[in-house]
Amino acid sequence: MDYREWKERERMYACWLCNFSGIGNGQMYRLLELCGGPEALYLAGKDKWGQVLSEKQVQALAEYTAKWRPEAEYRKMREEGIRLLTIEDEEYPERLKNIPDAPYGLFLRGNLPGADAPAVALIGARECSEYGRYVARQLGTALGRRGITVISGMARGIDGIGQEAAMEAGGYSIGVLGSGVDVCYPAQNKDIYTKLLRTGAVLSTYPLGTPARPQNFPPRNRIVSGLADAVVVIEARVKSGTLITVDMALEQGREVYVVPGRVTDRLSDGCNRLIKQGAGVLLSPETFLEEIRQLWQKGGRRMPEGAASRRRKEKSVSSDASRDQGRKSGRKEEGREPGPELQVSFGREAAPEDLGLARLYQALDFYPRSLEEIRRNLPEEYSEKQIVAGLMQLCMENLAIQMSPGHFCCKKT
Amino acid sequence: MYSTIYSGALQGVLAYLVSVEVDAAKGLPAFYMVGSLSTEVRESRERVWVALKNVGIDLPPCRITVNLSPADRKKEGTAFDLPIAVGMLAALGMIPPRAAEGCLFLGELGLDGELKKVRGVLPIVQAAAEGGIRQCIVPGANAREGAVIPGVTVRGAGNILDIMHFLTADETERERILPTVSVDTGSLFLRAEDEAGESEPDFSQVTGQETARRGAEIAAAGFHNLLMVGPPGAGKSMIAKRIPGILPPLTLEESLEVTAVVSVAGLLEEGEALVTRRPFRSPHHTITQAALIGGSSTPKPGMISLAHRGVLFLDELPEFQRASLDALRQPLEERRVNIARASGNVTYPSDFMLVCAMNPCPCGYYPDTKRCSCTGPQVKKYMGKVSGPILDRIDLCVELQPVDYESLKSRARGEGSGEIRRRVEAARKLQRERFAGSPYRFNGDIEASAMGKYCRLGEAQQRCMEQLYASLQLSARAYHRILRVARTIADLEAAAEIEIPHLMEASFYRPSMDYWGH
Repeated sequence: MDYREWKERERMYACWLCNFSGIGNGQMYRLLELCGGPEALYLAGKDKWGQVLSEKQVQALAEYTAKWRPEAEYRKMREEGIRLLTIEDEEYPERLKNIPDAPYGLFLRGNLPGADAPAVALIGARECSEYGRYVARQLGTALGRRGITVISGMARGIDGIGQEAAMEAGGYSIGVLGSGVDVCYPAQNKDIYTKLLRTGAVLSTYPLGTPARPQNFPPRNRIVSGLADAVVVIEARVKSGTLITVDMALEQGREVYVVPGRVTDRLSDGCNRLIKQGAGVLLSPETFLEEIRQLWQKGGRRMPEGAASRRRKEKSVSSDASRDQGRKSGRKEEGREPGPELQVSFGREAAPEDLGLARLYQALDFYPRSLEEIRRNLPEEYSEKQIVAGLMQLCMENLAIQMSPGHFCCKKT
Repeated sequence: MYSTIYSGALQGVLAYLVSVEVDAAKGLPAFYMVGSLSTEVRESRERVWVALKNVGIDLPPCRITVNLSPADRKKEGTAFDLPIAVGMLAALGMIPPRAAEGCLFLGELGLDGELKKVRGVLPIVQAAAEGGIRQCIVPGANAREGAVIPGVTVRGAGNILDIMHFLTADETERERILPTVSVDTGSLFLRAEDEAGESEPDFSQVTGQETARRGAEIAAAGFHNLLMVGPPGAGKSMIAKRIPGILPPLTLEESLEVTAVVSVAGLLEEGEALVTRRPFRSPHHTITQAALIGGSSTPKPGMISLAHRGVLFLDELPEFQRASLDALRQPLEERRVNIARASGNVTYPSDFMLVCAMNPCPCGYYPDTKRCSCTGPQVKKYMGKVSGPILDRIDLCVELQPVDYESLKSRARGEGSGEIRRRVEAARKLQRERFAGSPYRFNGDIEASAMGKYCRLGEAQQRCMEQLYASLQLSARAYHRILRVARTIADLEAAAEIEIPHLMEASFYRPSMDYWGH
């Protein structure tokens, strides 16, 4: 039996082990150490298992093993394009290996990026505001363009928005699920899920077919932070899963950056508290990217070529004129700084041309404002009808969103 | 001997004449009743017999047969007591042979001979008038209701003895015993208007809520259905209650229709002649489908028919049974409801304006992120409880703001109902002219196929709609709703063409499921 064949057999039995939900990660390691490997563990039988597991667990594992056909199940998994990475595999993410309680097995769908690019976790509330939505989109885009991997939980709100933006900008993203990798949860993120399969990866430690359960999420959060070099919190309430991830990130020695919010917004309370506790403050994509670059290069590593500069290079090869343009745009070093036309920033640059509308636009906020609040921010001469018509005009020009029949918030593109 | 007396029975809100035939023959004492009778009609045998005995009329022992003709239609209600009693008196020769000729009788008898009020007097008297009957004798409590119909002499009686005296008296005496009741409908309406000024809820009592007021005005002007969304205590029911007041007053014809339904349901107050105010019905959300739509084994008008020509207000819309709401579809579309039961098939009118109210989410404060603690799926689920087909039939959606202390304190009175009603009436006049000779009456009725004819857009307006269609991600249905409402807004301003500001305002009020899908 050559090495590759042996490796494949080991994987087959690792698949058997990882698809059993009744034992913990720690127990898994102890069992493997005791027996010497997955296949040996499979063949070891109840007595050996009993040295680590409780009687009940042994019973359950025996029942599970009786039904499990290792070869057929493994083949089926491979046919669905799912792979299993164990901690012994070379492909197993380097960063994850070093965290406390690193998962023994990872189900993977899609492709993992090489270890040569920094990774950032974008996390935040599921019920986010338009502010969080905007910041997540901008940051996702900025990271995607610079070729920095975006890690998140593919949840509603911040997670999914950041990941989607990164992929749309040509970047790479990894979704860490609280369900089996073959289960898309939440179902409304089906688009993001399929996109991740194409230009990224979904990861999970849970057996295939596991539905999303609330107790699955905190453990998966340690993988989100574990896969990243830095964690960015965009919007979080004081009591939230996001803050659990932050705790894990700190435990794992990851950098934590926080997007500040207003002291009156409950959705930013968690963020502001982290800032008070000394977390890094993220004020703009540019400064953040710079900090990531420094962090990354401290280890003597080179920043990857961002999708943006790659694209620019292709262009400059195709025509001399555009090369000149590229020079003029102030590009400093290949693969370092994206040209200003590709830089992403936070700002309210969009404004309608019409003066009256511009005034109305300024009365809007990222948080839904009721008509009453909007009127309070306007001079008195605006009539009800003018305000209503003007707001709809803004919606028509994609500068505002009607959140509910009487609430509007501004939108940036 | 044999006698025939006229009476009437109800079929939906329409009535037909029934002849009560009584035969008294020699033989063993007995009392037979035939002619498709329901339980309460069958029981009238006991009531009539005892009532006649108790007022001192001695009935000789004989064999009495009563037939209610046409015998194949199901008879219901207690109004046949009086005609049966009169028929017996005639058959037994206790009143002059031709005394009750050409006269219709209605009324329930108490055991002491007293006449009690019955349901459906108005439609029955109307049917009598159409059937050529010139005189109706009804319980005193119902006399004014019947007297509304022109061309018929209506007399109200309190006791079976009065009627016997009346029938035995000669022509000259008769008027003295049971005087003709007459009602001046014109003055009724005038009086209604006077009273309205004081007790009726008025829009001037609503402070703030500009968009909700405007939404109500547009809805009233174009007969659009309206949905109000807002936190608890913002004044949703307060505004709903004031909508009948900004609708044009009932015409006599409409008033007769409304009164007929109320009368058939037995809800007309004693001595009330006509319903002169637009109905406002606000059923509790636990209402059953039968009570809302009408029906039960013997069909009765439901809430939607009682709201005919007025407002049906469904507060806490998501709490209503889905089946009940779904059953509203046909009545909303056809403006009448057809109820088929084993006992018969009846149609009730149901031309009402639907006004609904709901909280935006279980806690009531969505999308105010500072106060709302609901999660996205919770909000979505709450919204999902509202039947989509009903939302499809709602043209306008307004959101109410929580009332803040400032506006409570300021007591600035808003515009009164009278002012708004004048604008609504002007807009309705324009619609009457526009839709003359078409199947439509209001902008709210315009179907998609007739949009091109009644809601034509200029070039600039069309471009604007195109852009709106794309950026608001409208559906075809939503597009048509915006056009309908824009037409009404234009009518309120007496504009011949729909202009861009009208489209903008109409799109602001469009109901959309997307709000809650964020």
